[in-house]
Amino acid sequence: MSKTTPRQLVEQIADAVSRADRTIRLMEVCGTHTVALFRSGVKSLLPNALRLISGPGCPVCVTSQGYIDAACDLAGREDVTICTYGDMVRVPGRRGSLEHRRAEGADVLVVYSARDAVSHAAAHPDRKVVFLAVGFETTAPATAAAVLEAEAKGITNFFILSGHKLVIPAMQALLSAGDVPIDGFLCPGHVSVVIGANAYAPIVEQYGKPCVVAGFEPEQMLKGILHLVRQIGRGESRLENVYSAAVTNEGNVAARRCMEQVFVPADSIWRAMGTIPGSGLELREPFRPFDALVHFGLAIGPDYDPPGCRCGEVIQGKVEPDQCNLFARQCTPAAPVGPCMVSSEGTCAAWYKYGRIQAKSPSTQARSS
Amino acid sequence: MLAHGGGGELTGRLIAEHFLPRLRNQWLEPLGDSAVLPWTSSALAFTTDSHVVQPLEFPGGDIGRLAVCGTVNDLAVAGAVPLALSLAVIMEEGLPLKVLDRIIDSIAAAAAEANVSIATGDTKVVERGRGDGMIINTAGVGSLRESLSLDKRRIIPGDAMVLTGLIAEHGLAVMSAREGLAFQTALRSDVAPLNGLIEQMAASGADIRFMRDPTRGGLAGLLADLCVDIRLSIEIEETAIPISRTARHTAELLGLDPVTVANEGKCVAVVAAEDAGKLLEACRAHPLGRQAAIIGRITDAAPPIVEMITDAGGRRVVQRPYGEELPRIC
Amino acid sequence: MCLAVPGKILEIKQADNAPGVGATGMVDFQGSRMEVGLAFTPDARVGDWVLVHAGFALNVLDEAEALETWKYLQMADVVPVDQSLNESI
Repeated sequence: MSKTTPRQLVEQIADAVSRADRTIRLMEVCGTHTVALFRSGVKSLLPNALRLISGPGCPVCVTSQGYIDAACDLAGREDVTICTYGDMVRVPGRRGSLEHRRAEGADVLVVYSARDAVSHAAAHPDRKVVFLAVGFETTAPATAAAVLEAEAKGITNFFILSGHKLVIPAMQALLSAGDVPIDGFLCPGHVSVVIGANAYAPIVEQYGKPCVVAGFEPEQMLKGILHLVRQIGRGESRLENVYSAAVTNEGNVAARRCMEQVFVPADSIWRAMGTIPGSGLELREPFRPFDALVHFGLAIGPDYDPPGCRCGEVIQGKVEPDQCNLFARQCTPAAPVGPCMVSSEGTCAAWYKYGRIQAKSPSTQARSS
Repeated sequence: MLAHGGGGELTGRLIAEHFLPRLRNQWLEPLGDSAVLPWTSSALAFTTDSHVVQPLEFPGGDIGRLAVCGTVNDLAVAGAVPLALSLAVIMEEGLPLKVLDRIIDSIAAAAAEANVSIATGDTKVVERGRGDGMIINTAGVGSLRESLSLDKRRIIPGDAMVLTGLIAEHGLAVMSAREGLAFQTALRSDVAPLNGLIEQMAASGADIRFMRDPTRGGLAGLLADLCVDIRLSIEIEETAIPISRTARHTAELLGLDPVTVANEGKCVAVVAAEDAGKLLEACRAHPLGRQAAIIGRITDAAPPIVEMITDAGGRRVVQRPYGEELPRIC
Repeated sequence: MCLAVPGKILEIKQADNAPGVGATGMVDFQGSRMEVGLAFTPDARVGDWVLVHAGFALNVLDEAEALETWKYLQMADVVPVDQSLNESI
């Protein structure tokens, strides 16, 4: 395909959608895609008959409230310093967020990398440093390397609270819930750098859903969407990778080996979606001393199922945000309940901020999806 | 090292040995209970702000320069010529004296650069743990310029929006010095007094309706608030917003949206459409306005909304960020 | 799921022999620099473009493809960034 501009890609998408002559529902699995689709304005360029649903792919917003409560309990301890990615600071558990704990004097440090948490622990031997290890297969190897570094350097005041999630089990859980009105998946570019494009083969083969791996620049997302819509129009279901600049079929073996050396897959609780078997990561036996749950004798409680929250159905594309009666009432970006509102650009957060205005405002062609 | 206690005697020595030698001027010298200033103008502009920043010193600036420029700029964007500032410094026990001296020197330099004097002030020392090392409150008075009549109610659809330079420099520079995020950067805080630039903008004769400096919450915060205040829509173009390659790439690295990152030396002016070119020329003639650009316009789209036409040719709504922007991994 | 950003390796420091830590490299992001773990890109060399996420390089990129994929890598710089980067840092 010659070098095409966003404008040309948009026209080709509109043409392909009109030929398919029905509503097409695509899921962008990855939260970063959701944010990029909005910030780049790509979402506003897509035809109305093409609906984009944000999937369970934001590591922060799928983190269970039980995990947040455990992190907040630890933050309340005199001798504990919480190191966390910025994304986690405002996510509410049942008893408030880390931001509230920090306001009450808890030691909460935002870091850019797990390595920064290890060096902070080394520099403050009197403190117990707990790193909130969230993220999918893109981020888990970094935590594994940090644990190996702490072990090698004998840093015993460094602990992790593992909240890592795996993307394929989540997609399978989503699709195994019976007839799911999703026609195709825009697959996460950077997870795929680690797990490789081939990892989505089971999704294509078992569920007959086309999968296209794409990056996050406007042209990349538009190209991924175009390839999906063309497959759907022709009734095909194949695995494609338009992000060849970064993603190979087999992915990064060294990163996976490091992850598998330190972690083992385990059941994991997803916010408002319940427990998904084998969808999380737990420290292997030899690395138990680094497990905050073990060291502090804590357990992550069952997820508090907010009554009335329909994020599970929103994520499956079965309902639109305004069909949930918490939406814009008890559940707003300032006081989010389910994952779709916690994520800064999750389906419900985006609909609340942009969808409701755009739906009424004539000046924009954008359509709330 | 700064010790607490000793009542007047300690603060007296602090003022005599650290503050006065650096900030000496005819209004402050008498150390009277209040400074007495000559006053001729009919209308008085008066503002105050408190400043807290971590770390106290960052690439391109420090809490002292931030405090002086913040208040000078608040006066200048209100159409006033800044004349005198008050300076209240609350220091935490244990603050190294050499840090204090560096910050007072920086306050003196910023005041000289802005051609204003610190006419009156106060210092207090508090126990350790009750301040972030230092908190500064500044207030300022100025006389309104005859050549400007700034009022939000004068803004009408079709008016142009001029931004005087590169966005996101301050917020990213401060973040680079913060523990847990340490990265090195060529970016420098853009903190600077804008009264000289605004004087040239006023002298251009362009019919400027309104001015404001986009600080915390960035350009997005300013536009979102303005849209609510004037109940008119604002449309800006991403390709027209001045930003350096380093700031753009660094914002990507941290997952931040440049229009929501803090600035400390920029001004947004709403101007009659026909005068936009004239105002732009006046800005670019000043060192602090070299990268000025027309970034968008006021429209009558209903309901009132702030929209950006993106590089990709799409549209998105511009919102005030929720609280302080933190680096993201997702 | 994950933000990752291209950067160019300026220098590589061999790590002490700790397993899983691997070498670290100073990576440049057109004027900002950060130390990045290279444990997952053992064959990365100085001058290589790498994709960086949460302080680690995830793979080595082909320069031409990188410049083509990320438009902000070809941005004309709006202002002469403080060229004395080396002295100032």
